[in-house]
Amino acid sequence: MITEIAPAPRRVVSEPVRPRGGRRAWDEVPRWQIYLPLSVYLLFTLIPFYWILLFALRPAGSTSLVPWPMTFDHFEKVWTERSFGLYFYNSVLVGIATLVLTTVVALAGGYALARFDFRLKRGFMLALLCSQFVPGALLLVPLFQIFAELSMINSLASVIIAETVFQLPLSMILISGFIKNVPPSLEEAAWVDGCSRFAAFRIVVLPMLRPGLIAVGSFAFVHAWNHFLFALMFLSDQSKQTIPVGLNTLMNADSVDLGALAAGGIVAAVPVVIVFAFIQKWLITGFSAGAVKG
Amino acid sequence: MAQAAAVAKPPAPPRRRRASATPRRLPYLLIAPAALLMLGFIAYPVLSVFYYSLQHYNPTKPWRNGYAGFDNFVHAFTQDPQFWDTLLFSAKWVVVEVGLQLLFGLALALIVNQTFVGRGLGRALVFSPWAVSGVLTSAIWVLLYNSQTGITRYLADLGIGSYGTSWLSDTSTVFPAAVVADLWRGVPFFAILILADLQSVSKDLYEAAEVDGASRLKQFWHITLPHLKDAIVLSTLLRAVWEFNNVDLLYTLTNGGPAGVTTTLPLYVANTSVDAHNFGYASALTTVAFVVLLFFSMVYLRLSKFGGEK
Repeated sequence: MITEIAPAPRRVVSEPVRPRGGRRAWDEVPRWQIYLPLSVYLLFTLIPFYWILLFALRPAGSTSLVPWPMTFDHFEKVWTERSFGLYFYNSVLVGIATLVLTTVVALAGGYALARFDFRLKRGFMLALLCSQFVPGALLLVPLFQIFAELSMINSLASVIIAETVFQLPLSMILISGFIKNVPPSLEEAAWVDGCSRFAAFRIVVLPMLRPGLIAVGSFAFVHAWNHFLFALMFLSDQSKQTIPVGLNTLMNADSVDLGALAAGGIVAAVPVVIVFAFIQKWLITGFSAGAVKG
Repeated sequence: MAQAAAVAKPPAPPRRRRASATPRRLPYLLIAPAALLMLGFIAYPVLSVFYYSLQHYNPTKPWRNGYAGFDNFVHAFTQDPQFWDTLLFSAKWVVVEVGLQLLFGLALALIVNQTFVGRGLGRALVFSPWAVSGVLTSAIWVLLYNSQTGITRYLADLGIGSYGTSWLSDTSTVFPAAVVADLWRGVPFFAILILADLQSVSKDLYEAAEVDGASRLKQFWHITLPHLKDAIVLSTLLRAVWEFNNVDLLYTLTNGGPAGVTTTLPLYVANTSVDAHNFGYASALTTVAFVVLLFFSMVYLRLSKFGGEK
């Protein structure tokens, strides 16, 4: 991220020195100053999660604040009657295809940016940075026209391509940052040993990129899984729709079935929560290592 | 294991020059897929928006279609109060959301950067809404704000407020209600980025400051904040653009209502093109949004020092 450490003003402060007892500065914070604000914030974070669990698990019409007696009726209903089983399948397809496509294309481009100097490089970097500012939501109509001409409306391919395209710029910038962190001398050593450029990349560089690729791939998956407008616009056929569109349909119904909505929301959350738990340890370090800001 | 394999082979002295081992076309071949995708599905749509912004184009009123000059823009700026309302609301939404997210995100990052029992779990829990989608966020807060079985009912049980209160359908409460819902999901973004940057502050600096007797507030002011400055500026900018562009949450939570008071410019564009089929006019509005975004991206490029060593 930011490699230089800001010069810290080392001015002598004339306040009386507090008793320290050999403790270091970052150990010094009184416990309540951590736990009190953290607890308050945790309440704000967790009450909404509890709320949706409550509605998903308690019987329809109940006003109890604990999900007891517990029922899974809402899940059954939303999975079969409301086609969330089908939506789930579509969402998984879109998510995984976007993950693979984004990672592969961004890996190729990121390698070129990290390891080569070529004439269009500056222009390409500029295009990458700028395209992060182009909102997909404002391009719905022209994108719709393009996919209509390619006869891809109502095909999951349209959503996969659109999600990939808007994931690419950031993914490529991140990956080229990760590749730059791998010393070129390692690769060159492999060439000297007779490896082709591709073999050297596969054997030497790729394994070292694993944490970064996992982070980028998970991002692509989560974005594709969560994103809603492309699927809403390009997939009018109900059997092709994805989970967020299904949730939106539930919310827009004349009389909202709150139990089904809550159960559908949990179905939508589960894969993301799993991915998130999986990548959490890479999130902080991955961001520190890569160049989020280009 | 990869490291082991690599370390076992130190670079041989007669190093081949990279340029000579590289076919000239290779980098172009490598960026070709990305470049083609971006040309076809970002650059071309953007250009077509510019083109249609100068056209009357509405498939439901084909007799009016044709070259419009700057009519669409003139109409937006002079005859369409909704355009100004939505532009203003976009600004208000972005400033309030980004400001509060930054404030709480910074505080949260500083807290979970401390060493304390349960830190790992605490981090995982407070960051968890980050991964939740806009639509799911809406679903959750629709349940919370529901007038019959939402929190207002239980608050009324306690004697606070009255039964049947619906914060989302009252023009005076819908803004704070939507802001809180989006904060719930947005604060972790800043917290994660700032926490990542906090990892690289040298602990020596704090120890030195401690020796000098600097208070914790002073340490924060003179060490932590200067270190975080770049990260804060850039993530704020990125988030502002993201909040400006993102329509998932408001589209599903309020759909711009009640009475259009929570309609952002992108939401207005979506309604104009999708519901009213007025593509020409929607394209002109999009062009205006692009100009706003262009301003942001110029600032971003300047701040990220694109012209520098990159």
